[in-house]
Amino acid sequence: MKEIRYIWAINEAMKEEMERDESVVLIGEDVGIPGGSFGASRGLYDRFGSDRVFDTPISEAGIMGLAAGAAACGLRPIVEIMFMDFMTVCMDGIVNQIAKMRYMFGSQYTVPIVIRTPAGGGLNAGPQHSQCLEAWFAHIPGLKVVMPGTPYDVKGLLKSAIRDDNPVIVVENKALHALKGPIPEEEYLIPIGKADVKKEGTDVTVVATSKMVHESLKAADELAQEGINIEVIDLLSISPWDKKTVFESVAKTHHLVIAHEAIKNFGIGAEISAAVTEEIMDELDAPIIRVGAPFTPIPFSLEKAYLPNAKDVSAAVKKTLERSL
Amino acid sequence: MITPNSKKLVEYYEKMLRIRRVEEKLMELFSNGEIPGFIHVCIGQEATPVAVCSHLKESDYISSTHRGHGHALAKGVDLKFFMAEVFGRKNGFCRGRSGSMHLACRELGVLGANGIVGGGIPIATGVAFASKYKKTGQVTVCFFGEGASDQGTFHESLNIASLKRLPIVYVCENNGWAEFTPQNIHMPIKSVADRAAAYNMLGVMVSNDFFKIYEAAGNAIKRARSGNGPTLLEVKCHRWHGHFVGDAQKYRTKEDIGAAKKDDCIRKFENRLLKDNVLTKKEIKEIEQRILNEIEEAVEFARKSPFPDKSELMEGVYV
Repeated sequence: MKEIRYIWAINEAMKEEMERDESVVLIGEDVGIPGGSFGASRGLYDRFGSDRVFDTPISEAGIMGLAAGAAACGLRPIVEIMFMDFMTVCMDGIVNQIAKMRYMFGSQYTVPIVIRTPAGGGLNAGPQHSQCLEAWFAHIPGLKVVMPGTPYDVKGLLKSAIRDDNPVIVVENKALHALKGPIPEEEYLIPIGKADVKKEGTDVTVVATSKMVHESLKAADELAQEGINIEVIDLLSISPWDKKTVFESVAKTHHLVIAHEAIKNFGIGAEISAAVTEEIMDELDAPIIRVGAPFTPIPFSLEKAYLPNAKDVSAAVKKTLERSL
Repeated sequence: MITPNSKKLVEYYEKMLRIRRVEEKLMELFSNGEIPGFIHVCIGQEATPVAVCSHLKESDYISSTHRGHGHALAKGVDLKFFMAEVFGRKNGFCRGRSGSMHLACRELGVLGANGIVGGGIPIATGVAFASKYKKTGQVTVCFFGEGASDQGTFHESLNIASLKRLPIVYVCENNGWAEFTPQNIHMPIKSVADRAAAYNMLGVMVSNDFFKIYEAAGNAIKRARSGNGPTLLEVKCHRWHGHFVGDAQKYRTKEDIGAAKKDDCIRKFENRLLKDNVLTKKEIKEIEQRILNEIEEAVEFARKSPFPDKSELMEGVYV
């Protein structure tokens, strides 16, 4: 094992896959000599050259379409969209073109594209550089969405995403870019669609994503002092999501909290909550509680008040326990 | 001026006439209620797809628009399976999922018509990017209208293509109407080709004349294939009918429609062939009859083809 930062795990994943497969190319703004806005592609331009590391104009719509065409004709592009907020600029490319090309054309084309995009608050970047928009894309058939929150998970999932023949959106969390964690020296992959139980427990299941996994683990420590033993499931994949792992845990704890940094309203917590009540209502001893951001843009100065944290998870856990039937 | 030989001229004439007769048939079938959805016909614009695609190899690519029947037929798609797709049948190129508006045929490099105006421009650019990267020698032709040249994707794509000297030709069929709006309302310039200057790209404008389009497209495709980068080729053509079949064109004067019909690219081509003794009137009638028979056969084939089964609904969302 070695200790590396989250951002370097991304770099290693791309470097290894580009070495393994010549059809993998990196496309994005500032990804060339500058090495990416957050440094994810440092060294790749020198190693692979300008044909494979395409430092593009600031043209999100253009580069998303470019990736679609290149993928349909045999390349495996990794597109870096510098902030997830900028995904809105290329929604046609993602939603109307990339997601539908295979189905709409009767499976004539495959479009193996990875879209890497840093999301999330914590950097005081304000309303247009801090959003978590994973639910938008999880709503679109044809796309896969993953949201790793540790160096180990981001490397393994990004490598799987690059090898996947479907378009995959890899939602990074920029507040985690500097996070250090252990990863194996040897190659490994993490399957898309599989959740990871980060901490086993018996009293309440907490399904969390990305940074909220870390907040939930903090909450687990606090709650343990009060004798409450929660299970923390890192969902890792948003679409498809690992229903089996979540359902098995709920069948054990009979209580469910869902925690994500995205706005609570219409977020992925609503989907998970609805699926649990539709399919295994009998297993629940109490209402499901969701933790998410409030229904407001992220302000520059009140970010701490805005972002959900460990305290919110603890409160949600207690709330569901208090309301046990 | 480069002129194709007589045999080729007859072939191109037949292709243009075939597109027009197919479009006329589709208008009839749509109005009868046999084809659901939307149909956009390219009557009046047939010279461009045929003149441009006559320079392409089977392995070259084209991207197309919602008004894309002519492009696909000019690239050589089989009329029976084309018709089956437009009828939404299981044996269409796209298993009945695309219909008229998203028709694609991978085998012949028909990347797909696109329901989003300007949506196909960056995709075609990406295909050219892949061809250059893989050094395959393939050329991509990207068809679109003057309305699409107002989209950001047009600007972004041409900028990238010129920057990377991609093997692509952007063919703007300027029929003067962006859906229901005339060019002077949405564009402060007369010629889309002028926009090429902003990308340090060659911009060429030609009239709705087969021979002029043929020559300009030949030069542009040669430039692209030899690694000398993209060209923006604008053809000033005419849309005889509405934006879609059923559009009564109340926004357009009779004089404007009359003038469009007067500059008929097929009639002009036909007159030239008659004058040069390439074809006789009798031979033209024979060609016409052959086309009509072929269309009837294709329509019958489509009518008899099965619809996709309900069980196929969820197939192919993912690999």
